[in-house]
Amino acid sequence: MKADPTGVLTGAHYLDGDYACGEGAMAAGCRFVAGYPITPSTEVVERISRRFPMMGGTFIQMEDELASMAAVVGAAWTGTKSMTVTSGPGFSLMMENIGLAAMMETPCVVVNVQRGGPSTGLPTMVGQADMMQARWGSHGDYEPIALCPQSPQEAFDLTIDAFNLSERYRVPVMFMMDECVGHMTEKVVIPDADAIEVVPRKLTSAKPGDYLPYGTNGNDVPEFARAGDGYRFHTTGLTHDERGYPDMSAACQEKGVRRLLDKVKNNVDDIVRFDEEDTDGADVVLVTYGITARVARMGMDMARKQGIKVGVIRLIVVWPFPEKRIRELAGDIKAFVVPEINYGQMVLEVERCAAGRAAAILVPHGGGGVHDPQTICDAIVRAAK
Amino acid sequence: MSTVIETTEQLADRHPIAPYLRMDRMPHIWCPTCGIGTVVRCYAKALEESGVDLDKASIVSGIGCTGRVAGYMKLDAFHTTHGRAIPFATGLKLARPELLVTVFSGDGDLSGIGGNHFIHAARRNMDLLVILVNNFIYGMTGGQNAPTTPLTARSSTMPFGNFERPFSLPHLAASCGATYVARWTSLHIRRMTKSFKEAIGRKGFRFVEVIAPCSTLYARLNKLGTGFDLMRFYHDNAEIRHGADTRDVDIGFQDKIVCGKFIDEERPTFLEAMHEHYTKILGDRYVPMPPEGGWIHE
Amino acid sequence: MKYWRKPLDFDQVKIPQGEVSIVSERCKGCGFCVEYCPKDVLVMSEDFNKKGYHPPKVVKSGECVNCNLCEMICPDYAIFSSELADDAANAAAQPGERAEVSAS
Repeated sequence: MKADPTGVLTGAHYLDGDYACGEGAMAAGCRFVAGYPITPSTEVVERISRRFPMMGGTFIQMEDELASMAAVVGAAWTGTKSMTVTSGPGFSLMMENIGLAAMMETPCVVVNVQRGGPSTGLPTMVGQADMMQARWGSHGDYEPIALCPQSPQEAFDLTIDAFNLSERYRVPVMFMMDECVGHMTEKVVIPDADAIEVVPRKLTSAKPGDYLPYGTNGNDVPEFARAGDGYRFHTTGLTHDERGYPDMSAACQEKGVRRLLDKVKNNVDDIVRFDEEDTDGADVVLVTYGITARVARMGMDMARKQGIKVGVIRLIVVWPFPEKRIRELAGDIKAFVVPEINYGQMVLEVERCAAGRAAAILVPHGGGGVHDPQTICDAIVRAAK
Repeated sequence: MSTVIETTEQLADRHPIAPYLRMDRMPHIWCPTCGIGTVVRCYAKALEESGVDLDKASIVSGIGCTGRVAGYMKLDAFHTTHGRAIPFATGLKLARPELLVTVFSGDGDLSGIGGNHFIHAARRNMDLLVILVNNFIYGMTGGQNAPTTPLTARSSTMPFGNFERPFSLPHLAASCGATYVARWTSLHIRRMTKSFKEAIGRKGFRFVEVIAPCSTLYARLNKLGTGFDLMRFYHDNAEIRHGADTRDVDIGFQDKIVCGKFIDEERPTFLEAMHEHYTKILGDRYVPMPPEGGWIHE
Repeated sequence: MKYWRKPLDFDQVKIPQGEVSIVSERCKGCGFCVEYCPKDVLVMSEDFNKKGYHPPKVVKSGECVNCNLCEMICPDYAIFSSELADDAANAAAQPGERAEVSAS
């Protein structure tokens, strides 16, 4: 379906990442946002609060992040695309209802503009230390999807992709920006509405009475019914059967939770996305994401001047992780170098997938700034030996 | 005399509540002499008598014994996380304004973990009907102290008696800005039904507290007999005082219970205030979300 | 009912007559219906249902006025009253019995 033009600010703009993300949400058809102010994400909702009244959207600043996420899940059940925006401390608070969204299979987007942590950390400065939390933050087994932009343009484009993925797979999608990309101002080109492809909420064709909220008819993803359309469905955070009724048994847990995982796992090839460059014949491959991808490029060029054959895999969809490609590459190269603004998160995934066939070398940074490209270059040079 | 043979299910399906209940999930899990079932019956009756379109009625519950209500009612029903029924309901209501949203949950869920959401929704005069069943305890998890447990009452986490001052929920709701505040006990079936029906017809943050017996935990831990004995207690000790000042309706342990309708006002709801304000400031540029909601389709 | 003076609309007012249906297998023996029926139509029976509870039983069958209090107060939806049709009400002091069996 084409995007609704009332939300699309067509044209070439000079926007920061936060604003671009807000524009992406509006272009994707998001019409409900509940949020709580937290640096460095607040500009997203500030932009939305200013534009929503002109396009039939509703924004509410809730009393805390717990309420914000609960409201987003509630709103999504009316068929409205919903989003919330936060940073690390709020992300931690939202985990409870992210789990609810995962269990109830509610499409929604959670934007985390990462900052230095843990706890209150560095409120106004960059970090990338929530990456594992995006995958494992809520309790229990579930498979979220997470994306990571490296520029304001990507903050716009990938937000639309985030909504599309959440609609297609009925999972909460984590949009993992960082403070640098969020507060960086660059040119953002927003196309015409009919050049933007959005996935609408897939409603059931079954009649009330025949409808099973979590019946899948052999597909991975159940069909949706909106509250207020007469389906009188029930949904719960408890382990439930196809009718949405609680069924507290090991058998139901196995069947229901496994399907929650399988609906993403079975479609990994369609979901995974990364930019790959110069990995053919490379000795070292960088694995990067977010702002670090741009810094690492400079480090990579410096290493190439020294004759090192280095390629790069830039993660766009971070979760599910591109296990297959990393496993393939591990057989051909000496080492992966993983610079990230944390003390080792995505490097653990690289190491796991490399399974000892190639080294996985972390170039950490505690946060509060970006890497010195020289550090990355040195790590590449060492790895190539 | 003719004899008609029916199965339990057939007979149960002729109960007047059957159209409003998920009969395939009966019998429910509530204990003998628990008051929640009675409150649900009265709510179903009020829904029926009010004539609202039940397809547009949604019910949201939290966690706890009363939290199971959503699972049993044949409406669009949401069994959400502990304490978050009110913000969930807020999202539902704001994203599809034509819905009639009821929050049906317990005292621990709505005034304990959900306390913050309760006061803000009341402050904003969010258009929600909140039915709070108060059994003075956290029943589902085994009888722990609740924000409403009366002084000196025993619970599993206050084994020597409660020394914490409890909330007076009507006072809390009223002081935060609720526009309809009432309290009944589960014995007051007629007045409770009438109160629900009245509240269904109103707008804004409507709050009805229903004191109900908890036999297995509250009554047992405090050696008060069963829920039946608690019902007898309500019979002898409930005082109806409409319009009472909510500062005077505290409940002491085995003390009088002041019931009645305390507040019945009209004030712009959140959505009404929003519409009015944006229309005034933005004029023609304002595009409100339609009552059918923010769902965009072809 | 004893009147000090016969009401002027005595012939027009009809006291409703009701029939009580008891879903004994759902009853949990709480006793609310027995206690609060305004016409004392019910008592707790000596029978047991499958779960071991004593359901109520009708003892004053002609007295039920279909006030629905039992139906409203029962927390288990195990009892309800319905209006007896006029001729049935006139015909028999005891309404037709209903025997309940469990499905399995």
